[in-house]
Amino acid sequence: MVQDAPAETVRAPAKDGSGGFMRAVRALDIDLRLLGMIGALLIIWLVFDLVTGGRFLTPRNLFNLSVQTASVAVMATGMVFVIVTRHIDLSVGSLLGFLGMIMGTLQLHYLPGLVGHGHWSIWIVTILAGVGAGALIGAAQGYVIGYLAVPAFIVTLGGLLVWRGAAWWVTGGQTVAPLDPTFSLLGGGAAGTLGATWSWALAAAAATGGLLLQYISRRRKAAHGFPVKPLWAEIAMSFIIVGVIVGLTAVMVAYPVPEAAARRILAARGEAIPEGPINMAHGIAIPVVILLVVALVMTVIARRTRFGRYVFATGGNPDAAELSGINTRLLTVKIFALMGALTAIAAVIASARLGAVGNDLGTLDELRVIAAAVIGGTALSGGIGTIYGAVLGALIMQSLQSGMAMVGVDAPLQSIVVGLVLVLAVLVDILYRRRTGA
Amino acid sequence: MTDELFLQPQTPAPAPDRSGTPLVEMRDIHLSFGGVKAVDGVTINLWPGEVVGLLGHNGAGKSTLIKVLSGAYRADAGQIFINGEKATIQNPRDARRYHIETIYQTLALADNLDAASNLFLGRELTTPLGFVDDDAMEAETRKIMARLNPNFRKLKAPVKALSGGQRQSVAIARAVYFNAKILIMDEPTAALGVQETKMVAELIQELKRQGLGIFLIDHDIHQVMEMCDRASVMKNGQLVGTVDIADVTEDDLLGMIILGKTPERAAPETVQ
Ligand SMILES: Nc1ncnc2c1ncn2[C@@H]1O[C@H](COP(=O)(O)OP(=O)(O)OP(=O)(O)O)[C@@H](O)[C@H]1O
Ligand SMILES: [Mg+2]
Repeated sequence: MVQDAPAETVRAPAKDGSGGFMRAVRALDIDLRLLGMIGALLIIWLVFDLVTGGRFLTPRNLFNLSVQTASVAVMATGMVFVIVTRHIDLSVGSLLGFLGMIMGTLQLHYLPGLVGHGHWSIWIVTILAGVGAGALIGAAQGYVIGYLAVPAFIVTLGGLLVWRGAAWWVTGGQTVAPLDPTFSLLGGGAAGTLGATWSWALAAAAATGGLLLQYISRRRKAAHGFPVKPLWAEIAMSFIIVGVIVGLTAVMVAYPVPEAAARRILAARGEAIPEGPINMAHGIAIPVVILLVVALVMTVIARRTRFGRYVFATGGNPDAAELSGINTRLLTVKIFALMGALTAIAAVIASARLGAVGNDLGTLDELRVIAAAVIGGTALSGGIGTIYGAVLGALIMQSLQSGMAMVGVDAPLQSIVVGLVLVLAVLVDILYRRRTGA
Repeated sequence: MTDELFLQPQTPAPAPDRSGTPLVEMRDIHLSFGGVKAVDGVTINLWPGEVVGLLGHNGAGKSTLIKVLSGAYRADAGQIFINGEKATIQNPRDARRYHIETIYQTLALADNLDAASNLFLGRELTTPLGFVDDDAMEAETRKIMARLNPNFRKLKAPVKALSGGQRQSVAIARAVYFNAKILIMDEPTAALGVQETKMVAELIQELKRQGLGIFLIDHDIHQVMEMCDRASVMKNGQLVGTVDIADVTEDDLLGMIILGKTPERAAPETVQ
């Protein structure tokens, strides 16, 4: 499983006297790069919290941050595969806009006429159609790249222009609103969250799943006679897994829904509205749940399926992959189709969050997505990248932007800072790889 | 991978029986790159249990010829027969269907993957649910590497972090693991140490005994004399001739490579 992150398996040089910390990291078998990214994220958070006088690290802001990150992060997981195979996709921002437009018109102008206004199936059909269209468009771009050998840069640069223009044509430039109420929940407004109970249920399921995986992995290693981590490390790891899950959930649950909004939500659900003060928590936002599911599925694809293995093999050495009998052209089509499908999911989140689809939906998102993947350790030279890295990269980018906006940094300066951070992140990654020989 | 493969009976394998149908026949193969006739009407063949050396100067066309057999290139003209039947080999997947395995001169490894992922690339072991089974592949890799190159320890590192010889061991392991019937080795020992080279020589003897046919490209004439039954010599894309190793001396082979002339003593019926 080294393909997903060579750094995971290349231990730091075993220098003695490098202290208990490094030894602990080695025993725990934690990816150093992951640790570095989390460290960078925490530093950014702490600095903004200090500068804003404690306004940054609040449940409310962290909740908003999680919702704002979701759309770009979903696309970034797909961009990992694209970049790992030495391609690029510049079209995702425009494609997001186009797919958003299609889904908007479908649920507003077409489906109600077929099944009736406010029908329960509208949001499902809309999403299925959007994901299908995204996959189809992605596959078409992938076909031109893989089979007709036009460089991805050119094909998707063309796509950037084509899909932005196409989005305009769908409605002739009109904004589409309001969206279907159920569809809108996927954007994570006050109503679009799991609430306290379901958030804790999800946390419990995630923790159980995590511990189970840990146990299974250990048992399999032992069955093959491979070395396993010392038991204390395993137990410490369990505590870390459970601790992180519980901690993040607690933060999300600690953000209460304002009284008035809570009344509206209960009314909309047709539930009884209590007399006294209402205690309603946001909990985990639905777009974040979508992101977690996408990230999980993409991680399994990357590490546990042949398709994922071929993605990394092709990125490492396209000729070797071809000589090993891998159909690298078809693989390219599949990768871009997957990217298109994920762009559709991101379009659902982005449009539902705004409650409307305007002409500029997704503008410049391609750059955010690529930056997220690259900050997350995906190498443009191919063969290297992780899903969790891309998600963390998206979170780091969004933290920087939200934080600067909160501090009141001018927009031009914001761009400058984000640009510099992008270059710095890649530089650090290169230096790190050079040192560890990964 | 069968265990007897690595038992060490050191008697040389018996001489191949060339009375039946050849395992491989490449007839009148042509392949040009732009204006360069890399392979120009070459015919070679191979019987089961035989090692045929492919010799020639740098750029003679050896690698190009065998890449036609392994499916990496498609010939402009010419035919391939496997066990007497016409074979269509359009890509590496086709070649694998004919049980042709190849160790490429360039090794063709994905540098970012570990040894096990490379060994099983394109043919991963999977769990009952269809997921890639890394633990099982690592266990198999440990087994075969323990016999091919006992000093090989870096199982978890990407092969980029391996030495040239270690990488070569991975490529060899990949070619012999999957029960090949036809093995193509393009300079398999170029980066190997003395001990590892000896192990590969023994491996070739063992595979021969099991009835595999092997094309061996090697610049070391001495090694060719020791390991091969016949040798086909190429020069400038054309076949100089094919000789029985028993009938020639090292100087004869050198003469064929450098001057492009077949010695008169060589068995005439095998000379093209
Ligand atoms: N992909 C290619 N494109 C263009 N020309 C090529 C290509 N591959 C090989 N050639 C040319 O074809 C000829 C034969 O090359 P080939 O690699 O088959 O030689 P070789 O006998 O294997 O040599 P060596 O002993 O150096 O490995 C050379 O003139 C080479 O320059
Ligand atoms: Mg060669």
